[in-house]
Amino acid sequence: MDLTQRDLRRKQLLVTCILGAVLFGAGWLFLPVLSEKILLGAVILLLTGTLFFSNDTGRYICKRVLLAILTVLIIAAITFFSMNAIPGGPFSKEKAPSAAVQAVLEERFHLNEPVGKQFLLYLEGLMQGNFGISTKTGREISTTIFDSFAISAKLGGYAALLAVVLGLVFGSIAALNRGKAADRIIIFFTTLFVAVPSFIMATLLLLVFCLQLNWFPIFSTSNQSYVLPVIALMLSPMSYITRLTKTSMLDVLGQDYIRTARAKGVKQVLVIFKHALKNALIPVITYVGPMTAYILTGSMVVESVFTTGGLGTKFVQGISNRDYPMIMGTTIFLATLMVTMTLISDLIYKIVDPRISFD
Amino acid sequence: MSSYDPSQAPKKRPFSLQIDVAQFEMATDEEKAQHETMRESTTFFRDGMRKLFKNPLAVGSMIVLVLLLITILVAPLIVPYTYSGMVTVNGKRDKSAKNMPPFTYSQMEQQAIDEGQYIFPHIFGTDELCRDYFIRVVYGARVSLAVGFFASLIVLVIGLLYGSISGYVGGRTDLIMMRIVDVIYSLPDTLMVILLSVVLDQVLGQSLQGTILASIGTNMLSMFTVFGLLYWVGMARLVRGQILTIKNNEYVLAARAMGAKPGRIIRKHILPNCMSVIIISTALQIPSAIFTESFLSFIGLGVQAPMPSLGSLANAARQALQAYPYKMVFPAVGICLIVLSFNLLGDGLRDAFDPKLRK
Repeated sequence: MDLTQRDLRRKQLLVTCILGAVLFGAGWLFLPVLSEKILLGAVILLLTGTLFFSNDTGRYICKRVLLAILTVLIIAAITFFSMNAIPGGPFSKEKAPSAAVQAVLEERFHLNEPVGKQFLLYLEGLMQGNFGISTKTGREISTTIFDSFAISAKLGGYAALLAVVLGLVFGSIAALNRGKAADRIIIFFTTLFVAVPSFIMATLLLLVFCLQLNWFPIFSTSNQSYVLPVIALMLSPMSYITRLTKTSMLDVLGQDYIRTARAKGVKQVLVIFKHALKNALIPVITYVGPMTAYILTGSMVVESVFTTGGLGTKFVQGISNRDYPMIMGTTIFLATLMVTMTLISDLIYKIVDPRISFD
Repeated sequence: MSSYDPSQAPKKRPFSLQIDVAQFEMATDEEKAQHETMRESTTFFRDGMRKLFKNPLAVGSMIVLVLLLITILVAPLIVPYTYSGMVTVNGKRDKSAKNMPPFTYSQMEQQAIDEGQYIFPHIFGTDELCRDYFIRVVYGARVSLAVGFFASLIVLVIGLLYGSISGYVGGRTDLIMMRIVDVIYSLPDTLMVILLSVVLDQVLGQSLQGTILASIGTNMLSMFTVFGLLYWVGMARLVRGQILTIKNNEYVLAARAMGAKPGRIIRKHILPNCMSVIIISTALQIPSAIFTESFLSFIGLGVQAPMPSLGSLANAARQALQAYPYKMVFPAVGICLIVLSFNLLGDGLRDAFDPKLRK
């Protein structure tokens, strides 16, 4: 970069910073809530970063974070407007309450306002951490979300952890015993499990191990056994990770640096764990983010089959009850979670593997 | 046999192989013809098909799929029951034919058999509304396969158009089009599918009343639309990537130099070269569409009753899982078999046709 270009760039940077500061100042004056001000500041900072970070990593991170924020906003908008496109509202029942009651209810949930205004009001509440109250039960949405998320997180956490660990182990075993019986058995079962939807797996597990063999009790509040739900959730992502690990492990084992390590007399165990597995992990990392998303949303059927309850169940209930705040709350919560997960795993991927080019 | 005498040794002629021509005889015409059969020139397609038919898993899955297809096409012609009507004997509705195990007859049917009538056996038994379960499973498989095919077709068409425009035009258009794709790509698909299918079902249901489209069923239509809206992005990315690599080839430049229009270049020069990759990914799209359809039907948002789908049959079977486990098993096996076959076939197609895997 020659001198004039650098000068130009410095000037541009200065202009952008001033513009950003002015925008931020204006926002600070006009936006009523502190968290909104902070969000605006963050977005302006990120935008500046996307334009003027000199190294690729910084620019990439800024771009991805911006995209993540945008995605959550878009999801919120899609959810809100499509929900309102459904004819009938939460209070239009067969046994209609009196007009006065209806009016009070609509006033309380801002249903008398135009849809655009409702959305803005909702976003404003959201900025203050206020998810609203359920139109069905009258409870705070945030408490419902956190209560049911505790169950989902427990289920999903165990399932994700097991899927990654077992997938890595089985994948490595299959790759190291290529073509032998162990490899064939593992590949046979993983091919099979990938083709079985989690709800079918859950029902079959329930049928065989709960009802026929009586090995596990049926889930109830007094008898919380998470074994079967976790297995039902875990099998399909585990199979995918196994196949992923096997392919990348085989790829890595054929590389020159593995031969070099062996030739230098490095122990087999060390070669596998330090040289091979470490590099074979990279494609698995990209899968972990989407997998967590899959497990968290896929859990809604498993939750309902085993009647454990959880966030997914609340979402489906919300839809059938026309409980607008509940649908919005669960969607935004899950979407944020997923977008964050994908973002983190993509960023880790880029950082872990220096060979990846940005953009 | 005495000592070695150099003068007796045969004279060396360095350029001859010292072959005694008298010991050879002319080849007959027949023998000549044998050597003329060189390897036939093969096309890309024929070579791929040969590889595909050598793959036992792919052939096996093709056989399974063809058998399934024949069954679901022929069975409704042979089996005298309908998916929505009760079992009847001599025109009377048979209310005793409730929840029968496979290959059994109800009292009324037994009487009719004793009188010398032929009653078609209930291969999978009957359900709780006295309907023949076999024909319901057959129709369910029909619905699932139809959704799989049409959804993949929609995804293919939209993705192909969008991706080829974005990739071919390039520049700012490409940038904007791909940012849109990025945002849609990062939407949590399960949540959006559920939400949109509910919304579209309600909205479409009102606007379509009385038209021809209504006979397909609004649930089906909304499901297709959801697929069209959400899943084309993967295909668009793939097509764009392919076109970007092919666009820079010399033959495209030559075509452009001769004055070919962009539409013609895309159709005649670029698309045929990335067709194999597109077909493979379409084949792998089918099982994922079937997966999603059965998932939606399982949580009760899929096709409208009394029309069955494998997912809704599995869901219905959950009500009496302990008493009639076979009702769960049939649709579950159906889904798994279809998905597994398509997965294996897709893998086989990829191994046979993907130019990146060619050696």
